[in-house]
Amino acid sequence: MSRRVLGAAVVLAGLGVIAPFLPSYPLTLLIQALISAIFAMSLDVLLGYTGLPSLGHAAYFGVAAYAVAILAVERGAGFATCLVAALAAAALTAALFGVLAIRATGTYFLMITLALGMVVWGLAFRWVSMTKGDNGISGVARPALGLPWDLAMPLPFFYFTLTCAGLAWWLLGVLVRSPFGMSLKGIRESESRMQSLGYNVWLHKYLAFVLSGLFAGFAGALWAYYNGFVSPVDVQLVTSVEALLMVALGGSGTLVGPALGALLIVFLKNFVSVYTKRWLLILGAVYIGVILFAPRGIVGALRAEATPLPRGES
Amino acid sequence: MNVKRARIVAVVVLLGLAVSLGGPTAAAAQGGPIKIGLLAPLTGAFAALGKDMLNGTELYLDEVGRQVAGRKIELIVEDTEGNTATALTKARKLVDQDKIHVLTGGLLASTGYALHPFADAQKIPTTYPVMASDDLTQRKPAKWVVRTGWATSQPMHPFADWVVKNTKHRKVVTIAMDYAFGWETVGGFQRTFEEGGGQIVQKIWTPLNTNDFAPFLAQIKPDADAVLALMVGRLALQFMKQYEETGRKAKQPLLGGGTTTDESVLPQMGDEALGAITALHYSAALGTPQNQKFFKVFEAKAGKIPSYYSEACYTGARWIVEAIKAVGGKVEDREALLAALRKVEMRDAPRGPISVDRWGNPIQTIYVRKVERVGGKLQNTVIATMPAVSQFWKYNPDEYLKLPLYTREYPPCKAC
Amino acid sequence: MTTEFWVTQAFNGLSYGALLFLLASGLSLIFGVMRVVNLAHGSYFMLGGYVGLSVVWRTGSFVAALAGGALAIALIGVGMERLFLRRLPATQTLGQVLMTIGFALIFQDVALLVWGGDPYTIPVPSVLGGSVRVGGLLFPSYRIFIVAVALAIGAALWLALEGTRAGALIRAAVDDAEMAQGVGINVPTVSLLVFALGAGLAALGGVIGGAFLGVYPGADFEVLPYAFVVVIVGGLGSLPGAMVGSLLVGLLDNFGKALFPELSYFTLFAPMALILALRPTGLFGRA
Repeated sequence: MSRRVLGAAVVLAGLGVIAPFLPSYPLTLLIQALISAIFAMSLDVLLGYTGLPSLGHAAYFGVAAYAVAILAVERGAGFATCLVAALAAAALTAALFGVLAIRATGTYFLMITLALGMVVWGLAFRWVSMTKGDNGISGVARPALGLPWDLAMPLPFFYFTLTCAGLAWWLLGVLVRSPFGMSLKGIRESESRMQSLGYNVWLHKYLAFVLSGLFAGFAGALWAYYNGFVSPVDVQLVTSVEALLMVALGGSGTLVGPALGALLIVFLKNFVSVYTKRWLLILGAVYIGVILFAPRGIVGALRAEATPLPRGES
Repeated sequence: MNVKRARIVAVVVLLGLAVSLGGPTAAAAQGGPIKIGLLAPLTGAFAALGKDMLNGTELYLDEVGRQVAGRKIELIVEDTEGNTATALTKARKLVDQDKIHVLTGGLLASTGYALHPFADAQKIPTTYPVMASDDLTQRKPAKWVVRTGWATSQPMHPFADWVVKNTKHRKVVTIAMDYAFGWETVGGFQRTFEEGGGQIVQKIWTPLNTNDFAPFLAQIKPDADAVLALMVGRLALQFMKQYEETGRKAKQPLLGGGTTTDESVLPQMGDEALGAITALHYSAALGTPQNQKFFKVFEAKAGKIPSYYSEACYTGARWIVEAIKAVGGKVEDREALLAALRKVEMRDAPRGPISVDRWGNPIQTIYVRKVERVGGKLQNTVIATMPAVSQFWKYNPDEYLKLPLYTREYPPCKAC
Repeated sequence: MTTEFWVTQAFNGLSYGALLFLLASGLSLIFGVMRVVNLAHGSYFMLGGYVGLSVVWRTGSFVAALAGGALAIALIGVGMERLFLRRLPATQTLGQVLMTIGFALIFQDVALLVWGGDPYTIPVPSVLGGSVRVGGLLFPSYRIFIVAVALAIGAALWLALEGTRAGALIRAAVDDAEMAQGVGINVPTVSLLVFALGAGLAALGGVIGGAFLGVYPGADFEVLPYAFVVVIVGGLGSLPGAMVGSLLVGLLDNFGKALFPELSYFTLFAPMALILALRPTGLFGRA
């Protein structure tokens, strides 16, 4: 535990120390990566720790982003209001969808979450009076927190995002190592065994689903502030799938893995596209290559090497 | 052991990133190349339009030997994927890492609104050759942005006036893509058309991912005299075909915004497009020597005829080069370059003479075009020419700007 | 709302549903036999359209385009199944999702590289170009043709599944792959055939759809959700489910767009969510 905290502190502090020496473009990429990391870690709670592959995770991300954009731009609401509303909207959406989805397992769960994700996308795309449809909502100003630094500048906003990501990392870490988190892993390994041990499996999965949605919403809210712009792209299927890739690439069920996966994907996309127009081809190959050659992800592979005998949990 | 190892990996990755990112950032010394950054969708659904934009830009830069005022021009192209969030990231990369002197390009209206605050915050001289959303140079202009293209409703005011005066169409149904570009096209037409005594009797909005227009076409009121359509790209192609299928065209001829019959899709259309009348600030069939020449060289380079997107970026590149010439190549003086961009005047662009208004939008010729088959190929034959049209047409700018932006609900449809 | 409105819209919904059936029946079969959630299925539709387009350009024959598109994409499907998907264990749902989306991205880029980004429509024989007038209403011949093709394919698939040995093998593999393997059925071969069939059918849909929906970049991800909705509503792996689902989705989509334009996707997806809540396996699916 303490070693993990130490490791986390080293990484976060390292980022914090490097940041002032970076030009603003790589800094904004790091901000993107941090937000994606929160998003990917939230999915990891569901996918890696509970064993539920969600194909509609962008829904909660998007609902929160839209909540921020609509409240901030149309109603001029402040940061606290926007954040609370965004988290509530994401959690409520997840609570509603969870009722429909949790009953299913495996592929059916995948399909149902895909379908529910499309409901949200459909609303973002067609409920034009609310969401402005395909135009998207632009002009979300960065929050004024009463701090001496202007968050409109990349560096302060980077520190803000870094703090948020660190907080999310810590909270999720506490969650997955709590007794609740342990029972989630138990459910992942054998649902029937947990059932016979007297656990309320449905409730555990449902709570994991809602919490995961909540954190995805946190990432979505930050995303709205980062871009200043929200559009149906943020809730589309490809956004959900990309989060899955981040988790798989880094290593599911490790938290730090998905964060690393997010970092790699964000930088890969932005660097490869500088050198070649054919970056989609390369991204597609990455998807396939990860599955074929690193099915346990980077962190998963590193840990497997260090501990050759699988202990039933990663 | 494993934790240690993971930590080492993490540190190595971070250091690697830091080194690769933080690399040389020395500002380009004066006398180095002038860097122009172009944002265009090179992948995704809009890739063909992005290609037209790129070809147009390169064509002009090649014509001047990629050189102006004794300095080399370097064009740096970034792919936006037709996605506004990506466009913003790439714009930051161009300004921040590549140290460009001028930013240009962009396709979607939302990209324009997102780039506005960026350009002003970075104080980077920026031109919009394509993005046409009205308010970009009307109610929400940006100091650092000059539009070298057009405003969406700019061709529609004179077009509606022309329709009232030259046709018997009095009751018109509009069917348009359901986003700002569609709303502003319809809004501009409706305002002038109704002031001239016409009536919009129905407004139909189609989602951007429509592929079957049947449910919308079946709703068109049978007593309308004509249908005004606004479609872009593949939607235009399918709309034309499916409109023909309904058998209405004989009774309800097609009018439209310029993109509906733009040369980016016209060659792929068939007889179903014949007779459609649209308005825009360009037609590849313009008979002027400047356009004939542009048409020929563009076709030779790109292997296809120029679309309005190609001309927009060709002229857009020339616009930038002329401004650089005006400041004697001293692009480091950004205020001076911006001022020069706002003063550019061209008499002989392929699209015709251009000057800029005080809000940063071109005053230019608007053409009414009719699709005809000439020499076996479809073309937008120019049937009427309105010179020196401003984005406010004949309206008083101050009064115009007090009215709301054209949207789905404005102007309201009184005769629906 | 006149009778004319209802009849026309119902016919439009029917013909759109017919096209969806071509697309979705393959997805459903593939899932039924192999439990693969194939996110590249929309790509088969798009690639089929592009190959059909090239064939028409070369030969001028619409029939050749139908055959060429379907065959070429069936081969691609075979390659994907044999060389890649088979290497994943059937329980690796997530792996399948990521791998198939990887292929979808690659296909998207390859299509852009080969055919450019311009949108096209596939020219059809003039006999299918006109309209048929019935009681004062116009029905485009091409839409009648789509319905006819879908009916013919649906009937052929049904007969093949119910009446032939190969069909019996497929049904056995759908019901229980392990058991089928145990009684000596060569499940890998059955899987391969079904994958080829599914990919080919989607490509056939792409060629037929290419004539009135067009062939363009982005078509893959536009039709994919529709295919999934059909399969989810009808039930995974069920042919009657795919039929009923396509019809339902075609009609819901059409009337939703015509009657409640602002909520048009909601009118499509909300009933789907409802069906799922009541019957998680869809109307005709089995757990």
